[in-house]
Amino acid sequence: MTADTVDTAVRPVHHRTTGTRFALWARRLGWRHAVMLVVVAFAVFPVLFVVSAALNPVGTLSSSQLWPTGASLDNARALFDNTPFATWYTNSLFFAVTNAAVTVLLSALAAYAFSRMRFKGRRVGLIGLLVIQMFPQFLAIVAIYLMFSDLGELYPAIGFDTRWGLLLVYLGGALSINTWLMKGFFDTVPEELDESAQMDGATHAQVFFRIMLPLVTPVLAIVALLVFINTINEFLLASVFLRDTEAQTLGLGLYQLVDSQRNANFGMFAVGAIMLSLPTLAVFWFLQRYISDGLTSGAVKG
Amino acid sequence: MAADNPRPAGTPTDGRPARRPLPGGRFAARGSLTGTLVKVALLGLFTALGIWAVLPLYVAGNWWGIALTVAVVALVYWVYLSGRTVPAKYLVPGVVLLMAFQILPVLYTMSTSLTNMSDGHRGTKEQAVRSIEAFSVVRTDGSEEYTLTVATKGDPETGDLVFLLTDEERQAYAGDADGLEELTGATVEDTGKVSEAFGYTLLSPNEVNARSDELQEFAVPTGEGSGIRSSGLSSAFEGSALRVYDADCDCVEDRETGTVYTADDDRGAFYDEDGERLAQGWQVGVGFDNFLRFLVDPTFATAFFGTLVWNIAFAASVTFLVFVLGLAVAMTLHAPRLRGKTAYRILVVLPYAMSSLAMYLLWRDMFNADFGLFNRMLGLEVDWLGDPWAARAAVILANVWLGYPYMFLVATGALQAIPRELSQAARLDGAGPWQAFRYVTLPLLMVAMTPILISTFAFNFNNFNAVWLLTQGGPFTSDGTMAGGATDLLITYTYRLAFSEATAQYGYAAAMSVMIFVIVSVMSVISLRRSKALQEVDR
Repeated sequence: MTADTVDTAVRPVHHRTTGTRFALWARRLGWRHAVMLVVVAFAVFPVLFVVSAALNPVGTLSSSQLWPTGASLDNARALFDNTPFATWYTNSLFFAVTNAAVTVLLSALAAYAFSRMRFKGRRVGLIGLLVIQMFPQFLAIVAIYLMFSDLGELYPAIGFDTRWGLLLVYLGGALSINTWLMKGFFDTVPEELDESAQMDGATHAQVFFRIMLPLVTPVLAIVALLVFINTINEFLLASVFLRDTEAQTLGLGLYQLVDSQRNANFGMFAVGAIMLSLPTLAVFWFLQRYISDGLTSGAVKG
Repeated sequence: MAADNPRPAGTPTDGRPARRPLPGGRFAARGSLTGTLVKVALLGLFTALGIWAVLPLYVAGNWWGIALTVAVVALVYWVYLSGRTVPAKYLVPGVVLLMAFQILPVLYTMSTSLTNMSDGHRGTKEQAVRSIEAFSVVRTDGSEEYTLTVATKGDPETGDLVFLLTDEERQAYAGDADGLEELTGATVEDTGKVSEAFGYTLLSPNEVNARSDELQEFAVPTGEGSGIRSSGLSSAFEGSALRVYDADCDCVEDRETGTVYTADDDRGAFYDEDGERLAQGWQVGVGFDNFLRFLVDPTFATAFFGTLVWNIAFAASVTFLVFVLGLAVAMTLHAPRLRGKTAYRILVVLPYAMSSLAMYLLWRDMFNADFGLFNRMLGLEVDWLGDPWAARAAVILANVWLGYPYMFLVATGALQAIPRELSQAARLDGAGPWQAFRYVTLPLLMVAMTPILISTFAFNFNNFNAVWLLTQGGPFTSDGTMAGGATDLLITYTYRLAFSEATAQYGYAAAMSVMIFVIVSVMSVISLRRSKALQEVDR
């Protein structure tokens, strides 16, 4: 490297031939382009395939090519006509949106207490949250299933095949690493702000809703989006809770679509897969800069 | 602070005595009108919810349940009406849900793991006896015939079954698992079918079909060893049970064959002399038998330890590969004056932005041996998901595709935080590019990346979707699914035991979950120690 620098410095620039200039470019940047082309090919081909399969007029797996061979909306039409697609999609969005909204509220409430108040059990609570985080809820799926088969007999409204039952289970995981994430962000808001509000006669609730929440919107959004993505991709709990076709989420529906008919339903599946990815894609544009900033440390996307 | 106070010194305060410090610190309980109204409304709503929860418990006579509900409601009232519980006001909603749906299930898993709970071992001994007797009721000479209308108490799908019966004189009866009683005020059609009865929900044929399994085992007891069973959807008969329980010998006797099945309270079933058992058993505690089974029993131990080894190998190799690939891509793009950087970034993180659930299913279909993209495009005939090692490679490949963009994003952030001068200085001191990376950049990078790597490993260790959606744990050997599949993780194995085998084995599956808890705890303790060590290095 040192030798190169000396070389270029000594030799006047206009003496470079096209060949040496290319060699220099290749060594500095060219190889990077070459590597990136390979990586991009690896990253993009399944997405390309699913788009091409969604447009494929024949709609089978065996006839789907990497590059679209034709374009038709037959698969989309078949998906709407033959399956309760709209219901599935609504269910998926219901769980994702409601869970995200309520989780953010519950988590923010707890994070506020942990960040601004000193009380007995605070330390234990914070460490407890870290410990519980190591035991994801779905590991206790057997017990959750048995609990809800009993609960469902007492309260049909929260039994299997209902929205509220599964939502309650999801909300059981509301306090988690997300609460830590929020607490960390709350800590960065100067305490003088809420102290001065207190001086002006604000109650703790007013400080929370009027002062704190507007100041921590970025972290609220991040947690909401992470929960949204995780819920829309959740399979295990949903598969145990939602057995009735009409009650299922889009993910479960797609799973059954290709589980029964590997070949024939592939076109319909491809359309569904794109539809399921659209909300995630939208959410992701917002998220990615926070991920590289390290703000979401520890919150692995499922 | 005092100097900033706008109030001139000596101005009298309100004259109220100084407030005692509250546990919430400086916060005092004062409220605005809106706040109070919202509070009253929410408490009212919560009370209504409590009453809604108590009613079915009262009907079922579940006094412990009522006590618990009342206690929770009382706790909430105390927390939100007292001025001394400010932190609790913010913690209660999340913590109550956490207790009910995360901590309680974990404890329940532990207690279930000590029982033999499974299909055929779900209820109590009395329920098992009732089911055995009902199942064996047969028609006898001159047995009474009834016209049957199937109904429930409450919800058509989950309420207790009730037989609404009419005899030849059109007298209507209602029979449930406790016995038969006369039914007054019911509307009976000419056919003998009941078309309306107060307090009961009549089921449509479809609804009856949905519960046909239960119907098979349902009988209305009508005295010593006799009961009423259904035959078809609209008729029932009174007959006598072939198998009758005798409390004196704690056994069930089959009147037809004369076989005596004696209760075995250790195993929770009735066994005859030859060791043949009746299908209906009951739930008993079995101590640590479930754990001993997969730690000691050769077949199950092989399945368990084989699965554990692959589980660790899977999580470790996915974590390692996504790290290497993510970092390599980040390093490649970490060059000033590289054109098209933004376009590259967008395309490279595309897998991460897609729905992972849908993408797993997509990869499964791309690996399909007959119609899949890989075999068709590359002209191969690899049975990707049917051969153990090909399936393992396929599972890892799909997960690397889905996982590396996250590592790329994190590594990009970490690389940008490391001053370029450091590696340039190393290069000036004569280090080669590899040495500069290995001894300068990488150690600095690892400080930021280690926590991410640990959480990625922990996440993949229990990554149910990653395996279930691709292979369902398969391919399996000829020993069947209980022996564990080639790509099974502990969590997929557990799931199959409880929800996907012909007979659900809840007790055994719960024991498996407890083992996962233990393994995860051990790994967490180790990783926490490591990260503590790292913090000390930072200092």
